[in-house]
Amino acid sequence: MSRRKTERLLSLVVCLLSTRRYLTAEQIRQAVAGYPEQPEAFKRMFERDKEELRELGIPLETGPISPLDGEDTGYRVQRQAYELPELVLEADEAAVLGLAARVWRNAELAGAAAGALLKLRAAGIDTDDAGPDTRQGIEPRVHTTEPAFGPLWEAVRDRRPVTFAYRAAGRSEPQTRELEPWGVVNRRGRWYVAGRDRDRDAPRVFRLGRIAGPVKFSGPPGSVTMPPGTDVREVVRTMDSSPPREHTALLRVRPGAAFGLRRYATLVTGPDAAATGTPAADGWDTISVQYSGTSWFADQVASFGAAAVVLEPPDLRDAVIRRLKGALA
Amino acid sequence: MSDATPRKRAGNTAPTSAERLQRLLALVPYVVSRKAVGLADTADAFGLTERELVDDLNLLWCVELRNPDPYCPIDLSYEGGEIVVSQAESIGRPLRLAVDEASALLIALRMLADVPGLEDRSALSRVIAKLEAAAGEAAAPSAQVAVQVERPAGDEALAQIRDALARQRRLHLRYYVPGRDEATERDVDPMRLLVVEGRTYLEGWCRRADGVRLFRLDRVLGVQVLDTPAEVPADAQPVDVDQGLFRPSDDDVHVVLEVSANGRWVAEDYPTESVTELGEGRLRVQLRTPDTRWVRRLALRLGEDGRIVAPDELRTQVRDDATAALTAYAS
Repeated sequence: MSRRKTERLLSLVVCLLSTRRYLTAEQIRQAVAGYPEQPEAFKRMFERDKEELRELGIPLETGPISPLDGEDTGYRVQRQAYELPELVLEADEAAVLGLAARVWRNAELAGAAAGALLKLRAAGIDTDDAGPDTRQGIEPRVHTTEPAFGPLWEAVRDRRPVTFAYRAAGRSEPQTRELEPWGVVNRRGRWYVAGRDRDRDAPRVFRLGRIAGPVKFSGPPGSVTMPPGTDVREVVRTMDSSPPREHTALLRVRPGAAFGLRRYATLVTGPDAAATGTPAADGWDTISVQYSGTSWFADQVASFGAAAVVLEPPDLRDAVIRRLKGALA
Repeated sequence: MSDATPRKRAGNTAPTSAERLQRLLALVPYVVSRKAVGLADTADAFGLTERELVDDLNLLWCVELRNPDPYCPIDLSYEGGEIVVSQAESIGRPLRLAVDEASALLIALRMLADVPGLEDRSALSRVIAKLEAAAGEAAAPSAQVAVQVERPAGDEALAQIRDALARQRRLHLRYYVPGRDEATERDVDPMRLLVVEGRTYLEGWCRRADGVRLFRLDRVLGVQVLDTPAEVPADAQPVDVDQGLFRPSDDDVHVVLEVSANGRWVAEDYPTESVTELGEGRLRVQLRTPDTRWVRRLALRLGEDGRIVAPDELRTQVRDDATAALTAYAS
């Protein structure tokens, strides 16, 4: 059954590629073995076959034909539109390509990468095999564990608007958002989608991991237009960039501890300081650290527990104490 | 073996007609572009058994068009284990790349351009240009997806690590372990660099732990290439990057914590075993870890937005930690 269908589809492709003029459905039925005589049954099967070819990316063209043929639409596939253009790769280029194809391994586009490689091999390119990874000494991977990645990539590719439930940071309940997606960007290991939020009529960035439930298409393909000159990487970077570190905190830190804070300290006095330091009486160091948001930095400091104590400013000190008391509760 | 080869299918899952058609349309040009190829090599390249391949070849050979007289557009033979296509008619070249196919490769190649320490940049830009040209319009949507790779601050550390990898030398690392808030010193025999989730890691045989360890490059505080040759034991198991970098083990401590809506980021930032919604945005998070010190620090940081449910002793430790810290503020 399936073999006969494969044979029929293959004959159809060869038939459509071999003709310069458009063929009517009836001419195709006569040329390709396996279609039923009964007109309605043939029509249904032919429609499905056309759809399958289109899904494989075979550029099926329709065009006008002579009325003498009794029908008004004809079909063909142009060689030039069908064929992969000539492509010759040097050995080093093929090696990099093999490395690139592995990036998606076990991720959303793994099948597409394998399909691409198959076509390139079919074009005579050998992308292999001794493992460019071992030669380069490097092995890159990207993961797409967020279920929203697949539908959002399709929406971006086909320029379709989407709706989804989104739980913003700190929100207890998700909200429905409608987005015209412009692009999907992985930043610091997380996927984000950027686009125009229809309700807010403004550019917005959403984290894929915070999308709750399915992503649904809310409009036809081709109905999203990205503003000219938009760089999605830049949109995501702007929304996600950390503000400047404009505050300064003074902290006492236990010797040999709080390395996570010391790494960013601008001033260290005490026993751990290099030659310049003046030892404090109790052996602790005093460090000065630049930070941006009080809440974020209080989180950091609190995590060091008794190894780090804020001297100033007072609002930071209070924020840390609040967290510690919260941990007691 | 190249890993992007389609995997051999498990016994009874037959491909769909569309999938098989795709394969047949690649098979003919594969043979044509190589003039002649062996059955075994071809079967291998397509992830097929020789029997499946022969079945494909027979199917191709049997194709018949009646136009109006019957003729066979494809002529081939595979006598003596060598495939020769003598007539391929209109399917002698592979089909163009679909948007997904072109995108998968182009997105990955552009990501590689960001990867620190990849030496072959000229090959990279050449292959990107060639692929864009070959894909034509299908290449366009790939510009709307990007994977950014963080560049670790210390480029010179990376240069030294690459030098050690190339010359197979032992490294001395000063490495920050945030979970324990420790700056550790250790000798490491480098194995390779991994770029996963936008971060770069050194994989190496740690002589202090006597095992394979990953070191995040942005946590390397100092690095020194030693004169000692690297000695990675022959049975050292590289990390399987496709299974995730952090794999729980049976010896791990099982931790349960509850977080408020403000603490939901915990489930996004840490590898968890299960996450349960408790209503009002609250979550119960279960995880396994060999070392609970980082969980204690996490609990302090969460404050009232988090609560350790189990194990009991961890809850007690957090309470002690908080009390000790508050004492420091009281003085």
